[in-house]
Amino acid sequence: MNKKSFGSRLVAAPYLVWAAIFVIVPLLMMAYFAFTDNSGAFTLSNMAQIGKYKKAFGVSILYALAATIVTLLISYPMAYFMTKMKVSSQRMVMIIVMLPMWMNFLIRTYSWISILANTGIINTFLKSIGLRPLHLINTPGAVILGMVYDFVPYMILPIYSVMSKIDKSLLEAAEDLGSNAFSRLRRVIIPLSMPGVISGITMVFVPSVSTFYISQKLGGNKNWLIGDAIEYLFGAGPEYYNIASAISLILMVMILLCLAVMSRFSSDEEGGVII
Amino acid sequence: MLKKSVLLLLSAIILCCTLSACGYEYMDIELNRTYTKNLAGSELNVYNWGEYISDGSDDMMDVNREFERITGIHVNYTTFESNESMYSQLKSGGVSYDIIIPSDYMIERLKNENMLKKIDVSRLQNYGFIYDEYKSLFYDENNEYSVPYNVGMVGIIYNPELIGEPEHSWKTLWDEKYRDMSLNFSNPRDGFMTAQMILGQDLNTTNKADWDAAAELLKKGKGVLQSYVMDEIYGKMETGEAAIGPYYAGDYLTMLDNNEDLKFFYPEEGTNIFVDAICIPSSVKNYDAAMLYIDFLLEPEVALHNAEYIGYASPNRAVVENPDYYYYQDEILYPAPEDMPPTQYYHDIDPEIRSYYENLWIDLKLY
Repeated sequence: MNKKSFGSRLVAAPYLVWAAIFVIVPLLMMAYFAFTDNSGAFTLSNMAQIGKYKKAFGVSILYALAATIVTLLISYPMAYFMTKMKVSSQRMVMIIVMLPMWMNFLIRTYSWISILANTGIINTFLKSIGLRPLHLINTPGAVILGMVYDFVPYMILPIYSVMSKIDKSLLEAAEDLGSNAFSRLRRVIIPLSMPGVISGITMVFVPSVSTFYISQKLGGNKNWLIGDAIEYLFGAGPEYYNIASAISLILMVMILLCLAVMSRFSSDEEGGVII
Repeated sequence: MLKKSVLLLLSAIILCCTLSACGYEYMDIELNRTYTKNLAGSELNVYNWGEYISDGSDDMMDVNREFERITGIHVNYTTFESNESMYSQLKSGGVSYDIIIPSDYMIERLKNENMLKKIDVSRLQNYGFIYDEYKSLFYDENNEYSVPYNVGMVGIIYNPELIGEPEHSWKTLWDEKYRDMSLNFSNPRDGFMTAQMILGQDLNTTNKADWDAAAELLKKGKGVLQSYVMDEIYGKMETGEAAIGPYYAGDYLTMLDNNEDLKFFYPEEGTNIFVDAICIPSSVKNYDAAMLYIDFLLEPEVALHNAEYIGYASPNRAVVENPDYYYYQDEILYPAPEDMPPTQYYHDIDPEIRSYYENLWIDLKLY
């Protein structure tokens, strides 16, 4: 039934061409590299070497989970209170949330160095009022903080946009039927905002698990996350493209698995964006 | 109307900035040889390290523009970040260059892979300015493929305000006293070098057990380090975030401009020395212009501006022996023979050994 007109296909064409060249072809290349050696012959040896990276995989996933949870804890109440504001204030707050995204994330990450460093803003302040400086930079906490800071808008925006569409009359009905504020939140707002939460989690978890710059700058570059390993290997020369592709492929499969598990928890409401 | 006046002011500022940037004046330079304009209108593609030529900032000479003015040859100048990235660009064959400036071991590799064109040094009138000690080195024993451009050595920079006077040894980077204050290189070759020197190894050893031992030592030191860095060391040393770390001597002088507390030593175990030299790749399109360019870089005044801009040691006697040279008799760039540490060059290493130590390095950096 869903017959598409020639016109609508034509409109979709630029993106389809784009996707084919910049999404499908690179994926195929990655898969090709992952299962071949330097001479282009089929091999499984790249996959066999993955074991060495298992700890980096595990730590990356843990960090990304931590960052996602913290981001969610910050973003959900924020999005909720945004919907309670006057429309004009909502617009203002929205701009404030998006403002950092107008700047390149590399620069934003770099500026955290000057905040967290031993000679940075926080510690200089602590020392000036006679307190002991804190060890902030080059810790897992600093890396997770960097991820949270960089990705928090991607969590707030989808939750806010789903939440602001919740029909007010549903809440009024719940109130009329005797539910208090807490149970309205638990039984109406949270279930109805789940699609936004799920897409927010996706948009924070996926870039966090594969990030490579934040951990090098804020984590001391001593222990690589999996993204750092991939970046290093691609930079080390063409002879490492195969193993780097194999790691990337595994990472992608793992992300897909995580997302599949996650979407189990969500009801299949409209409005949620998965991947 | 406020908006409009702000806009006007902004555009005036932008205009002023652009105009002042155009205020470049050609230098009145004295040339040692005469340059023809026979090749005027042709193009020369130069591929060099970033920040590795005097570019007209700080009232210094813009070397490429001077060359264009004197010869009429148009210079297309591009930069690379590492020998390896330069190599893969050249190898891919998508681009052609007339001039490249790689380091010693990379010249050895390029030469062995027939990727370099011979340079007839007898045609270079300024070649005599190059000290003999930088000629006939391992990567080009007969001086057929390269002309030295810069010389450098690795040493240790430290901040005596924070840690006093350390022992002049690579072992300081392992010292528990400097926990969370010391840095090391984040590239494998230089990183391994720091451990290899302590172990008294040949930096170009093909014995895998040597590399294993060096990796073991690096692993031991990892917990003490604050981080592995490359150019981030500038900020970390200048602000006092880190107190001790190894880098290239010429770059120490740049850091000193921003933090005069910093000091420098060459570790007594010895260190790496390197030469970056001018070469002509075999894919050259404008050989005669390339020869002219090499001669121009050797011109005493041009070489002086480059040496002062870059801050590395020069192999050019007209620079080193010029009392007006900013780094004249600088004891870090040009240590007296008795202060000279033992030095070793990096050679091009067999691919199997290279991938062996790369893997050890990856193990070091993984959790």
